Amino acid sequence: MKLNYYLKIIFPISIILVTNFAFAAGDAPVPPKRQWSFNGMFGTFERDKLQRGFKVYQEVCASCHSLKYINFRNLTEIGFTNDEAKFIASQATVPGGIDDEGEAFERPGRLSDPLPRPFPNDNAARAANGGALPPDLSLITKNRNYGPNYIFALLTGYVDPPDGYELSPGMSYNEWYPGHQIAMASPLSDEIVDYPDGTKATISQMAEDITHFLHWAANPELEERHSLGFQVLIFLTLLTVLFWFVKRAVWRKIDH
Amino acid sequence: MAGGPRRQYNNPIIRWIEYRLPIVSTMEATLGRDMPTPRNLNYWWSMGMILTVALAIQILTGIFLAMHYVPTAEGAFDSVERIMRDVNNGWMIRYMHANGASLFFAAVYIHIMRGLYYGSYKAPRELLWILGVLLLFIMMATAFIGYVLPWGQMSFWGATVITNLFSAIPLIGETLTTWIWGGFAVDNPTLNRFFSLHYLLPFVIAGITVLHIWALHVHGPSNPLGISPKGKHDTLPYHPYYTTKYLTVFGITLIIFAFFVFYEPLYLNHPDSFKPADPLSTPSHIVPEWYFLPFYAILRAIPDKLGGVIMFIASVAILFLVPFLDTSKVRSARFRPIYKQFYWIFIADVLLLGWCGSQPAGGIALLLARLGTVYYFAHFLLVMPLVGWFEKPRAIPEGISKPVIPKERAGFTAETSPEAAE
Repeated sequence: MKLNYYLKIIFPISIILVTNFAFAAGDAPVPPKRQWSFNGMFGTFERDKLQRGFKVYQEVCASCHSLKYINFRNLTEIGFTNDEAKFIASQATVPGGIDDEGEAFERPGRLSDPLPRPFPNDNAARAANGGALPPDLSLITKNRNYGPNYIFALLTGYVDPPDGYELSPGMSYNEWYPGHQIAMASPLSDEIVDYPDGTKATISQMAEDITHFLHWAANPELEERHSLGFQVLIFLTLLTVLFWFVKRAVWRKIDH
Repeated sequence: MAGGPRRQYNNPIIRWIEYRLPIVSTMEATLGRDMPTPRNLNYWWSMGMILTVALAIQILTGIFLAMHYVPTAEGAFDSVERIMRDVNNGWMIRYMHANGASLFFAAVYIHIMRGLYYGSYKAPRELLWILGVLLLFIMMATAFIGYVLPWGQMSFWGATVITNLFSAIPLIGETLTTWIWGGFAVDNPTLNRFFSLHYLLPFVIAGITVLHIWALHVHGPSNPLGISPKGKHDTLPYHPYYTTKYLTVFGITLIIFAFFVFYEPLYLNHPDSFKPADPLSTPSHIVPEWYFLPFYAILRAIPDKLGGVIMFIASVAILFLVPFLDTSKVRSARFRPIYKQFYWIFIADVLLLGWCGSQPAGGIALLLARLGTVYYFAHFLLVMPLVGWFEKPRAIPEGISKPVIPKERAGFTAETSPEAAE
């Protein structure tokens, strides 16, 4: 009995330890933890932050970074009406395919189109960015250790290099980037974006908004997942209690 | 599978079927009301049922994923994101499948730990155990191949590291590796055949599982006391007693599983798997999934490539020999004071190896991995045979059920116990 007891405790704890160690490795600095509304079992996105974040993406990030897994139709999920999303799409020019004369043509975007990419291919992107490839941002918060905390820290982490630090030409110094030398110059500066809702566009505010937006872009199912998950857990808990009573009723009849 | 007289059924349809194909009575005799089961099985015996459920979850979710997945180097990553974003409930199906693999391995490791503790592999259940180790091997292959399919960075580089192991084989190694790849590197042909095999192997697992359960049926499950049932008073029908007992475990397992699927779907995931495969950029630190970490540590602990590969395979294959390495006649570790302690040292050693496998190779982690590897094999090759020889087992009760053992004789003596008499 005592050994069973040990086994019950040791096994889950050690799995947690082993898996935690597995991914905590590395010499990159650990960004500070922040409170995000999407954290926790009941976490949701804040629509105003998502929409402000989309504006930051369009006006700042989109000149170098694609967001290829997001379509204009998805914008209705962050609180835009269908007509607003249609209007945003129509402002963009997208490749329209091949016309009857065999010529490629362009047309205004529709809801079904993905957000346009800033560069036709990776080589063009590298050529325009001093050899560095600006990553697609659709999955960026899932693709980086510490996710949203890292993205926020990175965007607000541009500082002067320490004395004697040799910075290569065209590179910037960032407190939170692994190795500190980053090809992306500080993208945000105060009031670079004009928020229609009157929010003051400080660097920290914009970093918060764009991170919020990018976490949605990486996890568009998050709200549905959280709410459905809660119902599933309640159901399974009740079911398990019923199973327990069935077991007791069956075993009560015999000596054991 | 089962011989003997058949049960009579009142339902005319079942009677009609039974007369032509006695499938209902066979199932009831295999894991139903006609299966006599030792009455003292504890909850650790529930993992077989959990494993069956895990296999069913993987096959069902996998079939739906395969409807939307594109098995090409160009399309795989995009198609997975399409499943996550555009397929109805695709995110749920995929997260169930990805976390289902971890559930499967967690259950199989508990299942194996139970077998090692209670000596479930001993006569007459050697073949049952060997079939189980074979299932573990195929499970590992299936999981590894499946991890490659999303074609992210970890998929690609994991596939490169593991398939490269074959090149260590003398003479035919290079040719064999090229043959496995279908080219000169992990590429589109590799992905194509991995997808094909990933769809095939689960059904091989299902088939061998039938043999595993058949072998289980012949002598029935072992039990925590490790003594065979002496008659009807020592057994209970599998249904309804154990079906209901293990339904509770099933419910708790589903709760834990749902928690991971809905709230921490990426807890066991590596961020690099969200970057599309790039043959030109190696991740700084290639780590396998948690369930391969101890074996990965053994692979890296050996300084020689071929030696590493041999030990890597031997670390799982040595389980095949366990029934013949353990010389003790007593099954359950409950009555083996020395073996019981070595058992827990062994579990600690495997966990230590798991930690080493998660670290970059070098320094203290590499040293510990080497010591851990030596102990891992010593446990099977030295501890198991020698402890069996020298250990004096504790007194073993005469029977499983209480009516046979009156309370006043609760402290049994070795003389009265036939199995410890020697």
